[in-house]
Amino acid sequence: MELVRRVRMRHRNRWAIMTASLAVVAAALCCAMLMLGNTIYPVRDVAAALLGEEVKGATFAVRTIRLPRMLAGLFAGFAFGVSGYVFQTMLRNPLANPNVIGITAGSSAAAVFCIVVLQAGKSVTSTAAVIAGLLTVLVIYGLARGRTFSIGRMILVGIGIQAMCNSAITYLLLIAREYNLPAAVRWLTGSLNGIRMEELSWLIASVLVFTPVIVFLSRPLQVLELGEQAAVSLGVRTDRTRVALAIGAVVLSAVATAVTGPIAAVAFLAGPIAVRLAGTARANVIPAGLVGAALVLAADLTGQFAFPVKFPVGILTGIIGAPYLLYLIVRMNRKGEL
Amino acid sequence: MRRGLLFTKTFFPVFLLLLALLVLGAIASLLFGARSLSVQEVLGGLFGAGEGLYEASVVQKRVVRTVFALCCGAALGIAGVLMQAVTRNPLADPAILGVNNGAAFFVVCGIAFFQMNTAREYIWFALAGAFVTAVFVLGIGSMGRGGASPLKLVLAGAATSAALSSLVTAVLIPRLNAMDEFRFWQAGSVGAGTWDSFWLLLPFLIVGVIAAVISAPAMNALALGDETATGLGVKTAFMRYVAALAGVILCGAVTAVAGPIGFVGLLSVHVIRALLGPDVRVLVPMSALAGAVILTVSDVVGRLIGRPGELEVGVLTAFIGAPLLIILALKAKVRAV
Repeated sequence: MELVRRVRMRHRNRWAIMTASLAVVAAALCCAMLMLGNTIYPVRDVAAALLGEEVKGATFAVRTIRLPRMLAGLFAGFAFGVSGYVFQTMLRNPLANPNVIGITAGSSAAAVFCIVVLQAGKSVTSTAAVIAGLLTVLVIYGLARGRTFSIGRMILVGIGIQAMCNSAITYLLLIAREYNLPAAVRWLTGSLNGIRMEELSWLIASVLVFTPVIVFLSRPLQVLELGEQAAVSLGVRTDRTRVALAIGAVVLSAVATAVTGPIAAVAFLAGPIAVRLAGTARANVIPAGLVGAALVLAADLTGQFAFPVKFPVGILTGIIGAPYLLYLIVRMNRKGEL
Repeated sequence: MRRGLLFTKTFFPVFLLLLALLVLGAIASLLFGARSLSVQEVLGGLFGAGEGLYEASVVQKRVVRTVFALCCGAALGIAGVLMQAVTRNPLADPAILGVNNGAAFFVVCGIAFFQMNTAREYIWFALAGAFVTAVFVLGIGSMGRGGASPLKLVLAGAATSAALSSLVTAVLIPRLNAMDEFRFWQAGSVGAGTWDSFWLLLPFLIVGVIAAVISAPAMNALALGDETATGLGVKTAFMRYVAALAGVILCGAVTAVAGPIGFVGLLSVHVIRALLGPDVRVLVPMSALAGAVILTVSDVVGRLIGRPGELEVGVLTAFIGAPLLIILALKAKVRAV
């Protein structure tokens, strides 16, 4: 008994240490996002500008350009990470995440429709993205359930839905006569370019509201991982928990998509990385969110400064994510899980 | 096999129906566009009674475009049959397997790094890209137990497509002139067709069709399983390579001259198979016909709903074809993952 407790303590310590380190990494990346740019400002100038003092040059650059970009990366990355982790854990499959099963494509299509056709404001756009995301989940789940629910079928249906949504987006961009590459890049791969402060309120609010809810539900989530029957016999109301979690995860990914577009592969990478780092002592909702945020911020910094030209963040995460997806497919093939 | 098996009762009605649709589609393709023409204007343009020079040149352009769409559609229809037969997989389609994006990536590299700017130059790149991607995706998709299941192939294709399309954008963003070239290629679809690109496509089309006709009987035997096929005296491995190569050549060549167009093969094969049964010798010509109809009609619709510009035909075929993918996914026996 003593031994069990000690091992468990060690696992919990590791979890706490890793979570704290991830938070430190994310915070460091946030600072870098604020300091780096055409002109590099020292920490003192950045801090002064954030506190509202007028620093020549720094105030404008930091407060109107870099701060919104940093916050968008931080919160969108966090939202994608959490929602990916929830889906992966709930469906017990690393391939199941909002990107692969087409939920972000649904949200994107709705957001593009609101922005370019209805010329709607931010709140309408975010609401529409959330509703479209939920509808997509319902449609995919409804179609995939059939006689027996199968995640494989759900993924196939999702890929089909994704193809339809992407062609709808291309059509909308065409008729809106705004078919320029920046718009197309944002809505097909995700980008943090040109985001303004007032676009962020919905995203920040939803992350702050839904993350605690998901953390609260994450103990039942861990039990769900053991399988349906085990969860029921341990007294989890599986259906209710599942619905609540799905809604939370969809809202997070939809609101983030409405701001940044579907940043490829973050939702898909964050969960596995977080689990590998922090272990399974506790549910990894917060670590997954932090990994997601760190991924987006690091990819955006790389895209902005590592090359002679600036690449949007979604291109980089897409290039990182796809080989991992292929590796996962190969590994699942070997084990005969696919 | 007996002839009676080849031509079922429904064969001739379906054949006539498709032929009628083909003619109607071609006529519509001449009449409608950013500016619709009357029948007199089209006839005038066709037979040289062209008093209005403008109308005549519009008609000329549309004739090329129509011929081009018919050929590309037929090629994609045949490629669909071959790929599905080779992989014994109802979901195999150039778009789903990522072959289109592979060709696109190689073309982009050709434009960006080797200063290519005509289809004549980059057609070989497109073919190489299609080939490499097809081999890669089929390789990953058929690993592990049970060979190439629909789910494995589609997933491997989707992941490869995603990676390639990110790479395409990454190569393009720093190069504005390459981006223009590429967007022309990607968006031009069948509208970019000229007689030049038609003559370029034709040899590949002929080679592909011949290979398809030769390998069709062997594909029928293959559907019974490798061992049965070998027992029936079919050189399974050899015929499978012939058919796969023909499929890749057909869709690679179309992609090189017309840009990535997906789901045409998937749609035409499934429609024809539902109507006429699974005999590959019937599927090859009929699916070619159906593919031509689908692509031509989609092109006309794309011109009409995109006015005054036009909607790329590939976007439209994806929108029509994706629901079929969903339906097939629901029917397929997918093991719980």
